[in-house]
Amino acid sequence: MRAGQLLNTLLLKEFVSAFFLAMRYFFAPKPTINYPFEKGEVSPRFRGEHALRRYPNGEERCIACKLCEAICPAQAITIEAGPRQNDGTRRTIRYDIDMVKCIYCGFCQEACPVDAIVEGPNFEFATETREELYFSKEKLLSNGDRWEREIAANLAADAPYR
Amino acid sequence: MDFLLAALDYLLGIPFLGWGTQIGFVYKALALLVGLLIFTAFILLGDRKVWAAVQLRRGPNVVGPFGLLQSFADLLKFVFKEAIIPAGADKVLFLLAPLITATLALAGWAVVPVSDGWAMANINVGILYLLAISSLGVYGVIIGGWASNSKYPFFGSIRAAAQMVSYEVSIGLVIITVLLCVGSLNLNDIVIAQSEMGLAHALGVPWLSFLNWFWLPLFPMFVVFYISALAETNRPPFDFAEGESELVAGFMTEYSATPYLLFMLGEYISILLMCAMTTILFLGGWAAPIDLPPFTWIPGIIWFFIKVTLVFFMFAMAKAIVPRYRYDQLMRIGWKLFLPLSLIMVVIVAFVLQLTGWGWNGGVA
Repeated sequence: MRAGQLLNTLLLKEFVSAFFLAMRYFFAPKPTINYPFEKGEVSPRFRGEHALRRYPNGEERCIACKLCEAICPAQAITIEAGPRQNDGTRRTIRYDIDMVKCIYCGFCQEACPVDAIVEGPNFEFATETREELYFSKEKLLSNGDRWEREIAANLAADAPYR
Repeated sequence: MDFLLAALDYLLGIPFLGWGTQIGFVYKALALLVGLLIFTAFILLGDRKVWAAVQLRRGPNVVGPFGLLQSFADLLKFVFKEAIIPAGADKVLFLLAPLITATLALAGWAVVPVSDGWAMANINVGILYLLAISSLGVYGVIIGGWASNSKYPFFGSIRAAAQMVSYEVSIGLVIITVLLCVGSLNLNDIVIAQSEMGLAHALGVPWLSFLNWFWLPLFPMFVVFYISALAETNRPPFDFAEGESELVAGFMTEYSATPYLLFMLGEYISILLMCAMTTILFLGGWAAPIDLPPFTWIPGIIWFFIKVTLVFFMFAMAKAIVPRYRYDQLMRIGWKLFLPLSLIMVVIVAFVLQLTGWGWNGGVA
C-alpha cells in the first residue's frame, strides 16, 4: 500500500490524470452564451420589466382598483385615481412604479383583475441615472405597446397552468 | 578615436547604409525587446484562454478576432488609469519595485540563445547569469511589499522571499546535473551538446533527435525543474505571494495602473524566461525534434518559441488543474523532497559520468 502510494507520488499520477481530464474539458463545447449577440431562453413566467396593457380597441385596461398598490411588498407602486374627462369612467390619473424599489415578485400581476399590469420578458432596461428608473404611466403604457405581442404570447402559454 | 568609432559601430552600426561592419547592438536589443513584449502579450492571452477552456468558459473574445487584441486593450487601460500611491507608502521604493521586477526579468533574456548563436550576449557563464538574475527578481517583490506599508503586501512579500529562496536551491542542483553532462556553463554549448550526444546516438538513430535531449536521461530532474520553476515564478499552485483567497492580491495589493502593469509584465516575462530555461536545459533549445528535411527547414528561432509556448502551456495547465498548496506543504516539498532528490541525482549522475566516461567532449569529435 505504502509502496504503491510512493510510486503514485513519484510518477505524479494525480497530476497526469488531471492533465488528461483537463484536456477532455479543454476541447469540449463551451456552454457560455455570447451574450450581447446571442441571448438565453426566457421562461413565459419570467418577471422582467413592467408594462401596462391596453385592450385591442386601444382602451387602457387599468381601472385604478389599486389592488397592485395594496399588495406590493416593496411599496413601489403609487396610484392616484379619478374620473376621466371625456366619459367619467374611473381611471388612473397617476400610475408610477419605482423600479429601484421593486423586487420583481410578480404580486402586482397576480393581483390585477384585468391583466393590466404585467411583468414582461424584457430585462435589458438599465439606465444611467436613478431618476430614469422611476417609471411613469406614459412609460409603462408605451412599454405595453412595445411588448404586447410577447406579453400576450407568454400569457397564453402560461394560461393552461393557472 | 578608433575606439570611439568601434564602439559606435558596435552599438549603432548599420551595414546596409554603408557604414559600420555589423548590425548594431542597440537594434538587436530593440528587436528582442519588442518581439518579447508582443510574445508576452499573446502568452498572457493564451494563459487566460487555456484557463477558461479548462473551466468550460470562452475567455476573452471581444477585442479583435477571438480576443487576440485583449492584452493591448488591457495595456491601454492600465496606462490611462490613475496610479494611486498610498499615503503611508515609501514613494520612491514603491515606484522602484515594479521597475526592478520588469527590468530584471527583461535583463535575463540578454543571454538566452533563441537560435544558434543568436544571443544578445553569448557569455561563458550564461547559466549562472540566468540563475543570478532570476534570484534577484525577489527584490522587486520584497521592496514592493515593504514599501506599500500595509499588512497584506508585507505578508505576501515575506512568503515570496522564503519560497523563492527555497526553490532556488533545488533549481541550482538541477542545473548542476545538466552542467555535469555538458561540461560548460555556456547556454549555446548546452543546446549543442544535446544534439551531439544522447540516447538517439546510442541507439544508432541520430535523426530522432528529440530522444537525445536531456529530458529523457534526466527525467526526474526535468520534473523537479518544472515544479520548482512554478514555485520560483510564484505561479499557481504555488502563488502564495499573491494568494488572493487570504492576502487580497499579496504584494500587488496597493498597486494600480502602470506600476501594476510593470509587475504583471515582469512576472510573465520571468515565467517565459523559466520556460526558455526549461527549453534550453532539457528540450534541446532551437533544435528540430526530428533531424529530417521537413522539420529542419523551419528556422531555429521558430522551434525555440514553439517549445517555449509548449512549456508555457504546461504552466497554464498546472494553474488550471492543481489546487493551491498550503504554505507548509510547499516548504516540505522544497526542502524535504526536492533538495534530497536533486542532491542524490547530482551524486548518481556524477558517478555514472565518471565510471562510463559519457558526457560531451566539447564538439571535438
